[in-house]
Amino acid sequence: MSSDLLIRNGRVIDPAQGIDARADLLIRGGRIEAVGENLAAAGVETFDAAGLIAAPGFIDLHVHLREPGFEYKETIESGARSAAAGGFTSVCCMPNTSPVNDNSSVTSFIVERAASAAVRVYPIGAVTQGSKGEHLAEIGEMKSAGIVAISDDGRAVADTNLMRRAMEYARDFGLPVVDHCEDCCAKGGVMHEGEYSALLGLRGMPGAAEDIQVARDVMLAELTGARVHIAHISTARSVEFVRGAKARGLAVTCEVTPHHFTLTDAEVHRSGYDTNTKMAPPLRSQADVDAIIEGLRDGTIDAIATDHAPHHANEKMLEFDRAPFGIIGLETALALALDRLVHGGVISLSRMIELFSTHPARIFNLPGGALAPGSPGDVTIFDPDRAVRIDAASFESKSRNTPFDGWQLKGGPAATIVGGRIVWRREREITEQTKID
Amino acid sequence: MPLYRKDLLGIADLSAEEINLILDTAETFRDVNQRRIKKVPTLRGKTIINLFFEASTRTRTSFEIAAKRLSADAINISASTSSVVKGETLVDTALNLQAMAPDAIVIRHSSSGAPHQIARLVDAGIINAGDGAHEHPTQALLDALTIRQQKGRITGLKVAIVGDVLHSRVARSNAHLLSKLGAHVSLAGPRTLLPFGLEKHIPPGEGSVAFADSVEDAMSDADVVMMLRIQLERQSGGYFPSLREYSIHYGLNRRRLSLAKHDVCVLHPGPINRGVEIDSDVADGPFSLILDQVSNGVAVRMAVLYLLAGGD
Repeated sequence: MSSDLLIRNGRVIDPAQGIDARADLLIRGGRIEAVGENLAAAGVETFDAAGLIAAPGFIDLHVHLREPGFEYKETIESGARSAAAGGFTSVCCMPNTSPVNDNSSVTSFIVERAASAAVRVYPIGAVTQGSKGEHLAEIGEMKSAGIVAISDDGRAVADTNLMRRAMEYARDFGLPVVDHCEDCCAKGGVMHEGEYSALLGLRGMPGAAEDIQVARDVMLAELTGARVHIAHISTARSVEFVRGAKARGLAVTCEVTPHHFTLTDAEVHRSGYDTNTKMAPPLRSQADVDAIIEGLRDGTIDAIATDHAPHHANEKMLEFDRAPFGIIGLETALALALDRLVHGGVISLSRMIELFSTHPARIFNLPGGALAPGSPGDVTIFDPDRAVRIDAASFESKSRNTPFDGWQLKGGPAATIVGGRIVWRREREITEQTKID
Repeated sequence: MPLYRKDLLGIADLSAEEINLILDTAETFRDVNQRRIKKVPTLRGKTIINLFFEASTRTRTSFEIAAKRLSADAINISASTSSVVKGETLVDTALNLQAMAPDAIVIRHSSSGAPHQIARLVDAGIINAGDGAHEHPTQALLDALTIRQQKGRITGLKVAIVGDVLHSRVARSNAHLLSKLGAHVSLAGPRTLLPFGLEKHIPPGEGSVAFADSVEDAMSDADVVMMLRIQLERQSGGYFPSLREYSIHYGLNRRRLSLAKHDVCVLHPGPINRGVEIDSDVADGPFSLILDQVSNGVAVRMAVLYLLAGGD
């Protein structure tokens, strides 16, 4: 998907190089060639980015693309289109497909499918065979086939000894270990345990269930020297543990989802048991959200990842306690981050770009994350100020399970460029026409 | 004066005025239930569906009798399992019912919130007859009617609710209702079965809801003691070691009852586990209002059906 493109007149922000300036950006042969003023390139397609921000392509460390096995929810092709429409140029897909991505054949299948997808897709391999938490998967073979990290996401690796071995073994292959931290004391729960679960009569998952496992993983990171990445951090204490780990110089990183910095468990009540407020980890208390915001502000939290978890409408049309966990997030993440975090005064635009691009690239050691000459020509162009109305019906994803449908937010993606090719751009004319009607 | 709402999903949504309206209306239906001909034409031509996704004898029969005494056409649907087991979603179930154009649907479901999810999708009034561990509004209303008859008031009474509060929709609805009407509710039971945090959702007012340190604390000087049924499967769930120990430490016996006021009333939503949460001599004793509760159930449900489905 190599191509040439000149992006003109945008405000280029690249935290990796400390660039924040009105500049042009030239991509040739799919790679960044130059960033500078008044660049000229004869015969090269141009994109007018006046009034927009051009940033290194956004990388989502945590998505579920559902293929193979659950193509009725999402496919690699539809998930990649959804990513492009959300401003992401790369996504990392979790292995809980059917079959589970726990061997190199499944990894190769995903890589092959991803070759024609709109954005770059990097598979994450399972830690254990079938993600059952019993025997290590063939991590080395999967690495050769293209995985960028290992995780049994959706489940925790409960056995501490096995997790220790996984961390040690993963070091040999330079792979980070991503853990979905949920101790068994959350078993049977369907929402955060607290005043709202008490009020609603729903079984709770205490915050301690996450804290316990994050604390354990931090200790194992210290023991093994492994790179440990905490998936979808959601509690105040977990943020504290990661902050402490960083202070001690451990290779521990973490990500947060937009829903965990935007919503609290009160939303389950307010929405009247809407199954789109059900996910794992669950929406937490206000005190937890406040701590997450502080973690975003002080740098404890490294990345924003969506945990994009598509489910068919039928599956969410069930009783709250029987509906599956998870919501989609690729097409709402940027708008939520701009609205809540940047316009909300929590972080700067540059810091937001670090969370979406610079850091994710470093954490999983991926190409991209910078607009330096020679880097992949992956660029996310967005408008930080335009009014956005979330309309789930118009999503590129096959699924619609979002609690943000109808939300009015400030800021959103304008165009997504992968390897110098425009893979998505906002249909400005159509949108404005609709507005007039 | 009708009740200006489409559904009765829980007591938490109701004002004290609305609760009193239902209780006052129930009093008039109590008279109907004492007559030789126990039927009034109030709901003639109305269709009421009793949709029970969970086994129930008392509540289902009570709603059915209530509907029939109001001359409504009552249809019972027992789906012993959830919609998903049948291979139908909850939404499909709701839309199918909607297509039959009933005036009210009475729903009992093992999942908290199921009536709320259905209420959003159908025009008929939804009456929650118990949803999971959430609410059981008509039970709390009949309990309040029973207490009011016996004590002449609710305001200022001390009410102990004892047992498995965590899984009890009866306890939740009663905590909301009694505190709204000015009673002081004390919740007690094994710490493993108490939903701490519930009290944060009780609006400040004349009444209150608090967790007691012990069953004895809750019962001391109580005007009303309400025992909750202990589900036998909670033992295997690891919430307490044995029914024997539960009965000794948390059950209602004569010794514990003596801590309460001398004119205490004993309530239980039934069915009772004799010798577990309540001793037989207390259940059958002079302070017990357990059977009055059942009689009042019919009157309260007539009032609710009348107030929700009675309008044109």
